[in-house]
Amino acid sequence: MTDLLRITDLNVEYPVGGGRHVHAVSDVTLAVRHGETLGLVGESGSGKSSLARALLQLPPPQRGSVLFDGNELTQMRGEALRAVRPRLQMIFQDPIASLNPRRRVAEIVAEPLIVSGVRDPAERTRRVRAVMEAVGLDPDVVWARRPHEFSGGQCQRIAIARALVLEPKLIVCDEPVSALDVSIRAQILNLLEDMKARFGLTLLFIAHDLAVVKSVSDRVAVMYLGKLCEVADSASLFATPAHPYTAALMAAIPEPDPDVPLGDTKLKPGDPPSPLDPPSGCRFRTRCPHAVDRCAAEVPPLREIAAGREVACHFPLIG
Amino acid sequence: MSGAVSGGPLLSVRDARVGFGTVRGLLRAVDGVSFDLQAGRTLGVVGESGSGKSVLVRSLIGLVGGGSGAVVGGQVLLEGQDLRGLSAAGLREVLGRDIGIVFQDPMTSLNPVMKIGRQIGEGLQLNRGLDGAAAARRAVELLAEVGIPEPERRAVQYPHELSGGMRQRVAIAIAIACEPKLLIADEPTTALDVTVQRQILDLLQREQRQRGMAMILITHDLGVAAGRADDIMVMYAGRAVEMATTREIFRGPRMPYTEALLRSLPRLSDVAHTRLSAIPGRPPDLARRGMGCAFAPRCTYRSDRCETEEPALTRDGARGFACFNPLAAGSRVVA
Ligand SMILES: Nc1ncnc2c1ncn2[C@@H]1O[C@H](COP(=O)(O)OP(=O)(O)OP(=O)(O)O)[C@@H](O)[C@H]1O
Ligand code: SF4
Ligand code: SF4
Ligand SMILES: [Mg+2]
Repeated sequence: MTDLLRITDLNVEYPVGGGRHVHAVSDVTLAVRHGETLGLVGESGSGKSSLARALLQLPPPQRGSVLFDGNELTQMRGEALRAVRPRLQMIFQDPIASLNPRRRVAEIVAEPLIVSGVRDPAERTRRVRAVMEAVGLDPDVVWARRPHEFSGGQCQRIAIARALVLEPKLIVCDEPVSALDVSIRAQILNLLEDMKARFGLTLLFIAHDLAVVKSVSDRVAVMYLGKLCEVADSASLFATPAHPYTAALMAAIPEPDPDVPLGDTKLKPGDPPSPLDPPSGCRFRTRCPHAVDRCAAEVPPLREIAAGREVACHFPLIG
Repeated sequence: MSGAVSGGPLLSVRDARVGFGTVRGLLRAVDGVSFDLQAGRTLGVVGESGSGKSVLVRSLIGLVGGGSGAVVGGQVLLEGQDLRGLSAAGLREVLGRDIGIVFQDPMTSLNPVMKIGRQIGEGLQLNRGLDGAAAARRAVELLAEVGIPEPERRAVQYPHELSGGMRQRVAIAIAIACEPKLLIADEPTTALDVTVQRQILDLLQREQRQRGMAMILITHDLGVAAGRADDIMVMYAGRAVEMATTREIFRGPRMPYTEALLRSLPRLSDVAHTRLSAIPGRPPDLARRGMGCAFAPRCTYRSDRCETEEPALTRDGARGFACFNPLAAGSRVVA
């Protein structure tokens, strides 16, 4: 499979006053292949959303390259970027907040069509109806209503319809089910899988819930404090995590089964460090059970330890 | 279930009801919930957003009262004493002494402008008669106990100087300071990362065991409930629809909603792209509840009776479920 998206040495920093910066994303290199779902996991503050927004140039990253479908997005501005945007869409965590409350559902879903210059109203209506039906919304019922009249799950369907209406190649889904009720999550996850098959989509799927990520992803990337720890195909990553942080994350998952004993995260006690002042060397070292002096002195680069398996650790758990 | 010394439960709730007057009519947020909690046990209360978990426990301790336009009914007995009959001062005393509370957002129980040590010590002075110096010493011990490094230094800091996980530890220290008999934890780790969540849940469980406290653990995360609760009460649309030991709930649910919920979860044991068994539809609007079982529009076991009559919680030994067509005892959800 070839890459639809290739991110190289991406850096996102936010100034926080006093000349200080939050290093939200540091030297991330990552590819998303045509037709796959790449899961991106990490805890809050690990930089997942910053990475997602930087891909879409919202705002552009401080450094690095974002090669999408043959276009170097970081070099593009204005009109040129707008021409690429239809192929690259995003879905957010809070479905209700991501929809304009004053607009009617039909206008919300049609908006990307207008922005991208589809002038014919009949054509717009046809495409909006088709995409609404695809995501399980009845156009005749929802058409003239406004977002507040819908539940979170329905709003996420509307957001998915809006993302799909331009027939994108890649959809970046940032925690698309975290804000939804347990009984609604499966509906939306199934819908995303169906839409992926039907429209031949590629997905970058960001979430902190590992069971959700495993259920949708072909490959998974793990982030910690702005850096990638590990990238692997989903089955191998979950069977044999190579990075101590991945192993800790997996051991920390509360499994919905009283017969599965709680795993041992082996983490050193203490809180995650602040992204304002990340530890030297390996950023995980303050909590890593295997840390030694070298981990403080040298940044472990992301390297391939087996076919399709990359890990950023001086002493990976396998290989 | 093991009984308390006297044989009676620590907490006994009978027909708890909370209604809110809204422009669209009476919203029955909690609709006739009864349960018992024995000393030292953990009851997990699970259910989705709006199912009434928080309103239920808040109403037990007088946190939703007439003031918010709420109509509260039913009986709440703590060691036989009716909390609903107490004066405001009497209730405050019971709360300070016998019941500790931890919320999702620690800032709701922390005072932003008071030093952490003082906040922990305050209850000890008020309810346990310690003098200022003794309370301050005990506060530092408690900070150490809940895993705060450099407790002396932290005791003189303010909440905003701590991380979210640390603040939740402080909130736990406050909740357990007076050695309560009952700890109520409403989504105590929902706002935290999984690895921090794990540490906080371990802490809660350790404190609970050491002190022999009973705990009501409210969570929408079935994984959290599976690992931490002895018994589980499943809520749907303001009612308790199933009650059983944790193992029974996960291994052989009797109520279709419980079963559907368990089946809909993505499992780590599944290979990627396993199709999830979604529950169609969504929970009902509580202000527009019709007759019949609230789960009926989404239920695959529905019969005519379900549309017109509301099933009461039926007992089968220690278990209870509210359903006209319950799943056979011993039926298993494939995990
Ligand atoms: N002060 C209030 N006035 C009116 N309605 C209220 C009030 N407080 C809660 N409700 C309603 O009561 C119902 C139950 O709410 P509750 O907060 O107990 O649910 P929950 O199970 O704790 O949900 P979550 O998982 O989101 O915390 C909801 O429909 C809610 O909107
Ligand atoms: S590099 Fe060192 S500190 Fe970092 S994960 Fe590997 S062993 Fe742990
Ligand atoms: S009472 Fe009827 S509708 Fe309700 S859960 Fe049971 S079978 Fe389903
Ligand atoms: Mg709640």
